[in-house]
Amino acid sequence: MDWSEIDTWIVVTGALVSMACAIPGVFLLLNKQSMLGDAISHAVLPGLAIGFLLSGSRDALPMLAGAVVAGVFTGYLTGLIQRKGNVDAGAALGVVFCSLFALGLILIRLAADRVDLDPGCVLYGSIETAVLDTGPVPRIALLSGGIFLANLFLALLFYKELRLTAFDPALATAMGIPAKTMQHGLTLVTAVTTVVAFESVGSILVIAMLIVPGATALLISHRLGLVLGLSLVFAAFAAAAGHLAAISLVPWMLAEFTGFHELGAVSAAGMMAATAGLVFFAVLALAKIRGHRAAVGAMPQAGDQAGSKATA
Amino acid sequence: MMQELLRFLSLQDYNTRVVLAGASVFGAAAGLIGTFLLLRKRSLLGDTLGHSTLPGVAGAFLVAYALGFAGKSLPWLLAGATLSGVTGMAVVLLIRRFSRIKDDAAMAIVLSVFFGFGVTLITAVQQLPGGNAAGLEHFIYGKTASMTAADAWFILAASLTVAGFCAALFKEFSLLCFDEGFAAASGWPVRFLDILLMGLVVVITVVGLQAVGLLLVVALLVIPPAAARFWSDRLGVMAPAAAAIGLLSAFGGVAASAVFPRLPTGAVIVLCAAFCFAISLFFGGARGLLRSSLAQRAANRRLRREHLLRAVYECLESGTVTPAELLKKRPWKPGELGREIDRSISAGLLSRAAGSGLQLTSRGRVEARRLVRNHRLWELYLLHYADVAPGRVDRDADLIEHVLDPSLVDELEQVLDNERRESFVPENPENAWTGRK
Repeated sequence: MDWSEIDTWIVVTGALVSMACAIPGVFLLLNKQSMLGDAISHAVLPGLAIGFLLSGSRDALPMLAGAVVAGVFTGYLTGLIQRKGNVDAGAALGVVFCSLFALGLILIRLAADRVDLDPGCVLYGSIETAVLDTGPVPRIALLSGGIFLANLFLALLFYKELRLTAFDPALATAMGIPAKTMQHGLTLVTAVTTVVAFESVGSILVIAMLIVPGATALLISHRLGLVLGLSLVFAAFAAAAGHLAAISLVPWMLAEFTGFHELGAVSAAGMMAATAGLVFFAVLALAKIRGHRAAVGAMPQAGDQAGSKATA
Repeated sequence: MMQELLRFLSLQDYNTRVVLAGASVFGAAAGLIGTFLLLRKRSLLGDTLGHSTLPGVAGAFLVAYALGFAGKSLPWLLAGATLSGVTGMAVVLLIRRFSRIKDDAAMAIVLSVFFGFGVTLITAVQQLPGGNAAGLEHFIYGKTASMTAADAWFILAASLTVAGFCAALFKEFSLLCFDEGFAAASGWPVRFLDILLMGLVVVITVVGLQAVGLLLVVALLVIPPAAARFWSDRLGVMAPAAAAIGLLSAFGGVAASAVFPRLPTGAVIVLCAAFCFAISLFFGGARGLLRSSLAQRAANRRLRREHLLRAVYECLESGTVTPAELLKKRPWKPGELGREIDRSISAGLLSRAAGSGLQLTSRGRVEARRLVRNHRLWELYLLHYADVAPGRVDRDADLIEHVLDPSLVDELEQVLDNERRESFVPENPENAWTGRK
């Protein structure tokens, strides 16, 4: 295994993207909107197509703007259908993102008459190519660092409001916190983070990091501050360990398994997501074992109980 | 365009016939099984399942390569996909069982982690020599328009299986959906039923993935049941309705893409389903927005009329009835009050008297007496039996008086001592009407 500067940048970028996603992710989990990341990554397609059709160029900016608008629209429309139509949250989300994705496919087919627009190329970057950049620091590392800092800043600034909105929207409203605005803000942050990140590093890393680190942290603690901190740690760890596994362990294991020894590195983003999952399952198992022990230890022994009764 | 439509309607193309039959049957089956998913709040399970088949596909190919036979055979890859889909499903159930993590988070975790692992394996598969790994994903994740007759037969078999199980276990599945705890307490094998239901979802998803693609599987599991929910509160109606909406969407979509052949069939079917959803959302017979807003309007109108009649009656007790007097009774706006008075006059409950005065017609008197009676009986009840402060009983009674049914009023009468109410509760209008005392 050769570790180069590129590998360092992949880990740095992956960690920054993961941590940037983990912050809104914790609040999505608490708001029971875990599937929003997956939904947004599908639903941005019509936004991209409309951005492209309106601007008439393959410039990234109008398409990204269209994608963010479509992402926010997804959250808004889902909430509307859920409230007005009294539809289950998951079903409302499914209806909206499937419909928007289908609309996007059709728009792209119509746009394809004028110029070749392959959603696969425009939409989904990969982290390995994103860091191949001239200059001392790759553009993507700066970008994801900026988003991470912005998300962190927003989370700290609105910490109290977000916490109340997540745990008790009614109380939040009664205390004068605009719960609905907070939720729309969360959707906006999620949409911006998702779109910018998957344009550069691919959607799979984003969808995983929105949910898995936060869920892992919630297995350990129920104090929001600690959960946020832990989720950042898990996200960064999954990025580093994931890339390490993607260039060393996994190719070696697969080479041994298949007998084809020229196997190179596998997808870093995919492996980061898988590593985050492994960490989650490990923590789940540990929490279960520890929880089981604690329960057994806390159980009063027959003798104890008789004794305490006697003294009482 | 007419020519193409005729060509579609006469079913001349063999390919159109296959796609039409396959997609329609699939739409019906997905709508049927999706109904149970919706009621168990797991609509997006199809999405999770579809994504979690990817490591199985890549893994099956890798195993085949390691064992030295050609991996790109459909049954082999489908077996891998099924295995990893089932694993993903089991992990969702396990996470839910062993932690306090909610269903939606468990589904998102499994979706992203399995898909990430699948992407990892796919990048390894692509490096293997021989080149037959190219397009492995497209090989297994099909497109609706390129459905083959074999796919259609597969869909038919899977759909019949699903429909058969749903019909045979309809009662058990509905119990599972509506009251899991009760089902378990009554001795039903809840976990087995849950696993069986999920198994049926796996069957339909894996077959669908191969024949119509991931988007259509997810959409047809989610949208038709969500649309059918607006048409009925009864599962016996809702499940067939969802199947019908799924079938209709698929049929309409295939027809539309036969007329506009450049459009992707799957996407057009999804948009047809979305259109059905929008129609149901607005015009649905049980929970549609139009119906519920009409019901709300009617209820508000009845409430306003009842308030007016009671206010008129109370004014009559103390003297004359004029709009000015009525205004003091409740916090209503003058315009609102005027409109309501006009409505009640045209409904024959009120009539104008000398000056600006108003009086109750005989029908209005009966109705007003009934309302005042309900209100005051309830006030008395609250005073004597619920220990509500005298200053509050009027407001509390205001909330409940509109929904007191006759049997409850009878009960109140029996509970409350006769002499206590004699003084200010008006007599039962039924008795007054027939002249009895």
